[in-house]
Amino acid sequence: MYSNAYTYKFITILTGIAALLLSLAATGLRDRQEFNKKIEREKNVLISVGIYEKGLSSADVEKRYGDNIHGEYVTQEGTLTTEPQPLQIFIYGPENAPKGYVIPVSGKGLWSTIHGFLALQPDLNTVAGITFYEHGETPGLGGEIEKDWFTSQFKGKKIYDATDNLVSIHIAKGKALRPDDHTVDGISGATLTGNGVDKFLKSNLSDYENFFKANR
Amino acid sequence: MSGKNTQIFTDPLNKDNPITKQILGICSALAVTVKMDTALVMALSLTFVVTFSNIIISMIRNLIPPRVRIIVFLTIIASLVILADQILKAYLFNISKQLSVFVGLIITNCIVMGRAEAFASKNGVKASALDGLGNGFGYGIILIIVSAIRELLGSGTMMGLHIIPQAFYQGGYENMGLMLLAPGAFIVLGLLIWAQRTVIGYTED
Repeated sequence: MYSNAYTYKFITILTGIAALLLSLAATGLRDRQEFNKKIEREKNVLISVGIYEKGLSSADVEKRYGDNIHGEYVTQEGTLTTEPQPLQIFIYGPENAPKGYVIPVSGKGLWSTIHGFLALQPDLNTVAGITFYEHGETPGLGGEIEKDWFTSQFKGKKIYDATDNLVSIHIAKGKALRPDDHTVDGISGATLTGNGVDKFLKSNLSDYENFFKANR
Repeated sequence: MSGKNTQIFTDPLNKDNPITKQILGICSALAVTVKMDTALVMALSLTFVVTFSNIIISMIRNLIPPRVRIIVFLTIIASLVILADQILKAYLFNISKQLSVFVGLIITNCIVMGRAEAFASKNGVKASALDGLGNGFGYGIILIIVSAIRELLGSGTMMGLHIIPQAFYQGGYENMGLMLLAPGAFIVLGLLIWAQRTVIGYTED
């Protein structure tokens, strides 16, 4: 029979060793994991503006990103600055003649926080592309948001209506009944994920409204 | 290797396979078998975890207070799984993204806990290591067979390479969408279990 004191001692030593090993592994591998995440973000910015090709290596992604994209920030008043601000923006193409703008979008889906990028054409109205690169939605249902069939529908949609109101992009419940410039088909069986995306796109876009107004 | 040790390794590959005979670890077997590369990485991760958890548990089997043994097993298994997950995130980022939660869920995979309780806590280190390897490979074989069938019929590829010639598609051939979904995995796995039991002549009592 083992005494209580022995049991406590055993468990303490065991958890101590496990914790030590895991923290060593986590610290040792962190740089590589951070690098992977950075490449993943850069890759998705490239996808959203449509200049990513399948099979690019990490180094290629880094180079293409560096050549085409530069990150800046948007102030509350809607001007661009290089000073860190809460609102990030990525500019595609040369500074004086941008070929597009990319803003990070994120918010709650059904189970998880979804992260993605939304690219706009220089008119700051037409969507050039969208990607979702991090989420914990159900594979096969809400998880479909990352698939081409879903994201490609956003291309060419408009975020402003005819009277210049910011209407964002609406995600229909299932197939869109009245297809228009602001609506994409939703995912059957994942209405709540769609509602989440719908909501956070609108709120993310309205954060940038001053910038859109000043530059349209 | 003595006859007994060989048997410890080879039994779980076929006669006593953890998936097809004991029907353990089904959840992940269904979820990660859409593509062969994810199935392969999953099989290797599980083999790594079950082998090392067996070795460690067998090494300290006489020190573990029986009253808390399950939580001790769990601590060891969870640590190994987190380690495997961290390594995948650092070195196989894309595959680890596709496997998403399923690597973490190895912690709750019945095979690992089952081997710890039924074998490693009662047997020597060498036998436990072989038992872990055998069960990991037994799980892996089934995953690879199921994923090969699903990927070939569902996407027309194997390990990402196109197998079905383009001419077939032009002649009206279509990929079988059912194979990409969970029911496809159920059907393939069910047929596999049937076939295996017919061949080895096993019947449920």
